[in-house]
Amino acid sequence: MGMRKVAIVGAGITKFVRRAQETGKELSWQASKMALDSCGLTLDDVDMVTLGTAPDAFDGVHMKGEYLADGAGGCRKPYMRHYVGGGTGVFSPIHGWFHVASGMADICLVVAEEKMSSCHPHPQGAFLTIFDHTTEQPLKPTLIWIFALEMNRYMQAYGLSKADIARVSVKNKGNALDHPSAQVAEKITVEDVLASETLCWPVNRLDISPASDGAAAVVLASERVARRLTDKPVWIDGVGFSIDTAYWGTRDLSYPRYVETAARMAYDMAGIKEPAKEIHIAEPYDPFDYKELHHMEGLMLCPRGEAARLTAEGYTARDGNLPICPSGGALGVGNPIAATGLMKVIEIFLQLRGEAGKRQVPGKPTCGLAQAWGDLMQMGTVIVLRS
Amino acid sequence: MELEKYKLGGTHLKSSDFEKGKVLTTAWQPNLAYTWDNGVAIGRYLDELKNGRIIARVCHECHRIMLPPRMFCELCFRPTDEWMYVQDTGVVSTFSVARVNWDASRRGPKEPPLLPAVIEIDGATKGMGILHMLGEVDPDDIKAGMKVRAVWKKSEDRTGAITDILYFKPLRAAASKKAPARRKR
Repeated sequence: MGMRKVAIVGAGITKFVRRAQETGKELSWQASKMALDSCGLTLDDVDMVTLGTAPDAFDGVHMKGEYLADGAGGCRKPYMRHYVGGGTGVFSPIHGWFHVASGMADICLVVAEEKMSSCHPHPQGAFLTIFDHTTEQPLKPTLIWIFALEMNRYMQAYGLSKADIARVSVKNKGNALDHPSAQVAEKITVEDVLASETLCWPVNRLDISPASDGAAAVVLASERVARRLTDKPVWIDGVGFSIDTAYWGTRDLSYPRYVETAARMAYDMAGIKEPAKEIHIAEPYDPFDYKELHHMEGLMLCPRGEAARLTAEGYTARDGNLPICPSGGALGVGNPIAATGLMKVIEIFLQLRGEAGKRQVPGKPTCGLAQAWGDLMQMGTVIVLRS
Repeated sequence: MELEKYKLGGTHLKSSDFEKGKVLTTAWQPNLAYTWDNGVAIGRYLDELKNGRIIARVCHECHRIMLPPRMFCELCFRPTDEWMYVQDTGVVSTFSVARVNWDASRRGPKEPPLLPAVIEIDGATKGMGILHMLGEVDPDDIKAGMKVRAVWKKSEDRTGAITDILYFKPLRAAASKKAPARRKR
């Protein structure tokens, strides 16, 4: 394709917390500095900087990309913010990949930040204006409604129960006990999920990830530079992204076709023919527990309607055949939206290097993927990594 | 690198930190006002809602009868061709029983839950659903596949808004219980 190989060579992350003392700028600085330190670089070595962050309405800061630039190391450099809703965090390294693969940069710092706690009384309120202002907003919708509508549709399509889906929350919150950034790691049972507050049936409190503050960063390098910096580069072998119509009511909510389109783009690029066999470990986006199942199916990691059964059988556990969200995911580590997607990319980076500590999956995985999803339930972003 | 070997940033604040004045904050309450133009397609849609009718727009290329109506087809990427009235009845594709308001505040113990649903309108292409509310139904009796009909505001109270339809109610309460499961697409 005439594009250069690109590797991830370093990573940084903050703790994910409900409300951080640090500003978004300070969180970005902490993650960026750690990422540079992890591969022995300074900001002088960085050619370009990309930053991902979700709605300005969370922070109440318009032009948030510009506001955060200083903390993200963007000052006096080619710097650009990107934003594709909840899909942002996995789009971040894709955006950086363009810079390096094209030959425009040898080293690109990729930063993802979210500070949701500034919005009161709850950041959910900021989501009202993502709905169509004339045909939907007058009905006073919340995002939880539309996820409840999607979850219900998914349950009907395959005859799933709430307990089938709650197992994802149990698994991920348990996995997160071993993640040093985790906000809501907990050993819980399916009964705990079912007994938690019903928000919008079929969605209960413990089916949902929390609102969070946090930041993450990775350093991307061209092949020549990467081999000089580390003996364990992790290669970005496939990238994909796709958006479906904003007329979300006209889509079949039981299947995320936009995720499949994005995955096919990434798999084609990575030469993956049979994703269920060739991908050893995956971090699909799990802001709600059913979304992990929905996304496994969209990513073609299992047949449609089978993800819940595989989860119940332990297939997706950290020591299962296909570990899914070994980090603990958004449900366990927390969900500072853009930073969550990049946290997932970092988890695959560490797992493929054998550096995931207590979270390390057995079997020395060599191929993994991270995926995020967002906007009005319409955006899919996918990245395939190989060691 | 292992995350465990780093001292991670991100300092968790507790409620007591604010109560004891350990950290200070700056508050701002924006007061912005917007007026959204309804546009060509939705403008007509709202005019017809005021008349107590639902109108769709047809694309002669993909043959979809589209709701909400639009002046261009996003799939064929060409102008749409004609207006078409559809029914004010439909089928519940999916629904929720919501105890949460738009700002994440909870419904009070005496407030009924909100019943948002995706309703596929009769006469539009299959699968063309719109977001609206259900009413005059026990939440336990709602089923996917249930036939519903719009309950309109009185004509003198209509303003040309999606809320000119108050909600959709079951076509026949008894029949709805026997409604067959929706077939898979």
